Amino acid sequence: MGRYVLRRAGQGIFVLWAAFTISFFILYLLPSDPAALMASGGGETDAVDPALLADLRAQYGLDRPVLVQYADALWHAVRLDFGTSYSSGASAGALVLQALPETLKLTGAALVLAVLAGTGLALASTFPRARWVRQLLSSLPPLGVALPTFWVGLLLLQWFSFQIPVFPAIGNEGAISLVLPAITLAIPATAGIAQVLARSLRGTLTEPYVETARAKGASRARVHFAHALRNAAIPALTVLGVLVGGLLAGAVVTETVFSRVGLGRLTVMSVNTQDIPVVQAIVVFSALVFVVVTLVVDLVYPLLDPRIDVRRTAVTA
Amino acid sequence: MTATRDVDQVLDAPQVRSPEEIEIADRADARAIIHGGEVRGSRGGRGALRSVRYLARRPGLVLSGLVVLLVVAWALVPQIFTAHDPIIGVPADRLQPPSAAHLFGTDHLGRDVYARVVHGASVSLRATVVAVAVGLLGGSLLGLLAGFLRGWVDDVISRVVDVLLAIPSLLLSLAIITALGFGTVKVAVAVGVASVATFARVMRAEVLRTSTSVYVEAAHASGVRWYTVLRRHVLPNSSGPVVALTALEFGTAVLAISALSFLGYGTPPPAPEWGSLVSGGRDYLATAWWLTTLPGLVIVAVVLSANRIARALEQTGDES
Amino acid sequence: MSEPLLEIEGLEVGYRTRGGGTYRAVRGVDLTVARGEIVALVGESGSGKSTLAHAALHLLSRGGSVTAGTIRLAGRDLGDLTDKEWEQVRGREIGLVPQDPTVSLNPVARVGDQVAEVLVIHGVARRKEARRRAVELLRQAGIDDPEARARQYPSQLSGGMRQRVLIAIAIAARPRLLVADEPTSALDVTVQRRILDHLDGLVRELGTAVLLITHDLGVAADRADRLVVLERGVVVEEGPAEQVLRDPQHPYTRQLIAAAPSLSSARLVVGGSVAESSRPVGRPDGSVLAVRGLRKEFPLPRGAARRSLVAVDDVSFTVRRGETYALVGESGSGKSTTARLALRLERPTAGRIDFEGTDITDVRGRELRRLRRGFQVVYQSPYASLDPRFTVEQIITEPLRAYQVGSASERADRARSLVDDVALPAEVLRRGARELSGGQRQRVAIARAIALHPALVVLDEPVSALDVSVQAQILELLVRLQAEHGLTYLFISHDLAVVRQISDHVGVMQAGRVVEQGRTDAILLDPQETYTRELIAAIPGRRALAGLEESR
Repeated sequence: MGRYVLRRAGQGIFVLWAAFTISFFILYLLPSDPAALMASGGGETDAVDPALLADLRAQYGLDRPVLVQYADALWHAVRLDFGTSYSSGASAGALVLQALPETLKLTGAALVLAVLAGTGLALASTFPRARWVRQLLSSLPPLGVALPTFWVGLLLLQWFSFQIPVFPAIGNEGAISLVLPAITLAIPATAGIAQVLARSLRGTLTEPYVETARAKGASRARVHFAHALRNAAIPALTVLGVLVGGLLAGAVVTETVFSRVGLGRLTVMSVNTQDIPVVQAIVVFSALVFVVVTLVVDLVYPLLDPRIDVRRTAVTA
Repeated sequence: MTATRDVDQVLDAPQVRSPEEIEIADRADARAIIHGGEVRGSRGGRGALRSVRYLARRPGLVLSGLVVLLVVAWALVPQIFTAHDPIIGVPADRLQPPSAAHLFGTDHLGRDVYARVVHGASVSLRATVVAVAVGLLGGSLLGLLAGFLRGWVDDVISRVVDVLLAIPSLLLSLAIITALGFGTVKVAVAVGVASVATFARVMRAEVLRTSTSVYVEAAHASGVRWYTVLRRHVLPNSSGPVVALTALEFGTAVLAISALSFLGYGTPPPAPEWGSLVSGGRDYLATAWWLTTLPGLVIVAVVLSANRIARALEQTGDES
Repeated sequence: MSEPLLEIEGLEVGYRTRGGGTYRAVRGVDLTVARGEIVALVGESGSGKSTLAHAALHLLSRGGSVTAGTIRLAGRDLGDLTDKEWEQVRGREIGLVPQDPTVSLNPVARVGDQVAEVLVIHGVARRKEARRRAVELLRQAGIDDPEARARQYPSQLSGGMRQRVLIAIAIAARPRLLVADEPTSALDVTVQRRILDHLDGLVRELGTAVLLITHDLGVAADRADRLVVLERGVVVEEGPAEQVLRDPQHPYTRQLIAAAPSLSSARLVVGGSVAESSRPVGRPDGSVLAVRGLRKEFPLPRGAARRSLVAVDDVSFTVRRGETYALVGESGSGKSTTARLALRLERPTAGRIDFEGTDITDVRGRELRRLRRGFQVVYQSPYASLDPRFTVEQIITEPLRAYQVGSASERADRARSLVDDVALPAEVLRRGARELSGGQRQRVAIARAIALHPALVVLDEPVSALDVSVQAQILELLVRLQAEHGLTYLFISHDLAVVRQISDHVGVMQAGRVVEQGRTDAILLDPQETYTRELIAAIPGRRALAGLEESR
């Protein structure tokens, strides 16, 4: 077990390093001149004083060879230092950490909502005897993934903040301000979970071992919940990493729509001002979230699926 | 003991015992009986008649096709669909609710929203096509190399793809936009690059599946050269799921591009673009619901249609 | 006959087809099973035998329904039971032993719990008690150390053991009737025999009646009191097993008996005699393929107890011109890997392969491709070995195109004559492979293999995926083509009964080694090795044959 965790952790570190490298090359090598971007703050890059540019380059070390810059950046990143923000001068890492709590509240609420609603919808669209009920409910997830998040957010605002003023339109004050953004963010995730789990359930229900269960005289509910659900949950679990990443990305749009502060808002502001160090810190952070979630899923897996643990012990036995 | 047995079973894959295979044949027959009309031989009518019958039983698919056709027509010849100017409004008519004269109402400058949606189709669709093309070409090529050459090429490509999949695609697009700057084409490229990994993964899986299939080995064993095998067997048999994914990515790209345009990274105003149209209605949520709702509905319709077509393509792939 | 347990009268089962019609899978079947009786329902694929079995359990797949007729169990009409009432019948009154043990157990539940579940569902025992009884049931089903096995998961058990678990599940609530749907066809012959022996003893001891569904007339004849022969959803013949075998009334039954390899014992020949003189004379020693000390290791994944698995271990044999050499063995014996090594689709770890006197062990690239003209292959599954997008003509001419043999029109001519050679009508040339039946597809695959006039054809289980009557036709075709074209065959099979019909020499493989080889008739009559004897004893139908001989 210990060696397994160690190996998976090693793979996670590789993913983080690769995410850092890819983002470094995208952000520092693609633009013709980061210093010009810096000086212009997202505006036109032509009319900038050359002397100022040279100063900036020297100040941020952009006049050194690329590989030296990369090695230096990597060395700092290992110590969680992603450089200083071009626009505010604060540490990029600190800015991310500062924005994080509000976004965690939002994505956490949305994740809980999505897992509950998605699982419920998947079961409700496969269990009922009546075919039309299943068909009707099965048509909801494809609809859910086709809705633009920003549009859903605006519609909710329109109905529940302006037409019927139940929830505040903007801001971060209190749990009540979390309701509409969390629902907005949860909708595509719910649809995604429901789609994957329902598809997996439908596949599982045609497996021969389900027929064995039915031949035992097991009731419909027993077949569905005791046999099919657990088997179906296993492949569905693997999408969790991508799902949480999607929530993080969705926060960019959601926080903009509801004018909330948080990581998403920070992302938008940094892209607007082409604040490279902050954007890179955010990208690497999102990869970190993915790695951690995937690692947790991998550790939970053997509890659900004995085959995985079995293989590992069997080969040594 | 169980471990060696597992390995045995892997080794035995090419020599699957008889009755299992008979059962597979049996199941294929059963499926043919249930879905295909009769068992084998006569598979219903031919050509046109068959497609008509196929479509007649899928009104949703027909509707989706019509939606896509309509939007493409909007992009190509917008002036046929609306007489209003998308840029210059009539200030007297500002913030009118939907009516016969203004289907989608008017905005704060008195511009016809429907006209702006119709004219916006061209920019939004062009960006979508660029995005899908970038993802399809880049991803398929990587996937093909990985799946066909295998070995270390596959290892390297698969690792890179894994890492790209670990970064949420919207954030990856935003990073690219940070570097490249704003504008519709840049947004499109950013969305396309972010979808390369998905295409690569599907293409690799398909190529791997076909190139390890028995009929490919049979071609190889009867002396066919590798590039002929690739051209005549592997590529045609791998393309199905990639085609379905292309349709699906079309919908995804529409969503991603409109989101980025909503955030303000696309074409600057006053040029119309679907995402920025929705965002333009933000200040009038309380008073002019149509400004956000109706352009948004158009986006939903297009994405739903693309997804429906993708599902149909996926299913025809399954049957073959 | 004692009083009837299961009575089926005028049963009709239909599947809704996509076109809106109905496919009648079972048409007006009458069938009775008496208490304690074993009845075998024999039929080929598409005969409706599985459908009938599932109808008896009310487990028809989606789109299927009973459209007419009655099913009675111990006098009770099952026709108008509700779903809830059916749950009381399944498991309690009728048990099912399903087809494929490798996929019929829930992979994430312990096998003991899966057996105990039946007892819990039917209120026979409570949790703890059920668990204890499950261990007892596993022991009854012939599982050693059932206490430990009960705590294991299906993936930790072999296929044979999993089938025993499924038998324990089926008998757990002491049903009066067992429906056994091809219970052992996914297993190796020796395992199959042991399991059927055990099931046989168990049901006779418990007095359970069995409806045994099988495609194998040999299995049916060995195990059943009565045979019911099903063809395309209609019962064409029924009667006591011995009587049906000795004196079949219906032509289809006669055809089935004639085709069943396990019930015949002779080498197939063309026109009554092997055309010895027509065989071309080759090299002095007459060897087409000779392998010496062949060894193949596969690396195992990291973390395994061993570094590699030896699939083929010191194998030597010679295939002489114009003859058929058969390699026979159970799954995992390394027979197919040997064939792939001979075809140079894999590289051997050690040893030497000579083809027509040339050492081909290490040739590669262009030279290997040139040599491939001389040895071609026919695979087991005609469903997998033909590109679904190709027409028959494209498939057959592909090797010709690869070696640029003739012009396009010459190749088309050659395709026509090849199709004729394998006894297919010329119009199949334009059809897609997927429009053909399994037997037709295998003919196409054979035509492709002989298109280049190869010296050697490797036949890797070429008839295992086919129904028995089709199997017989393909074997006859292979024998005829061999005589006409002077072909040399390396024939891979798991089925000694088939091997007996087609091969001159045989090598018996076990765990990567050839344990015994020699002339086929000699080995079958006088096997020297225990394993060979076991294999021969496991050929189904022997008991029935012996019975017949005695009564003659």
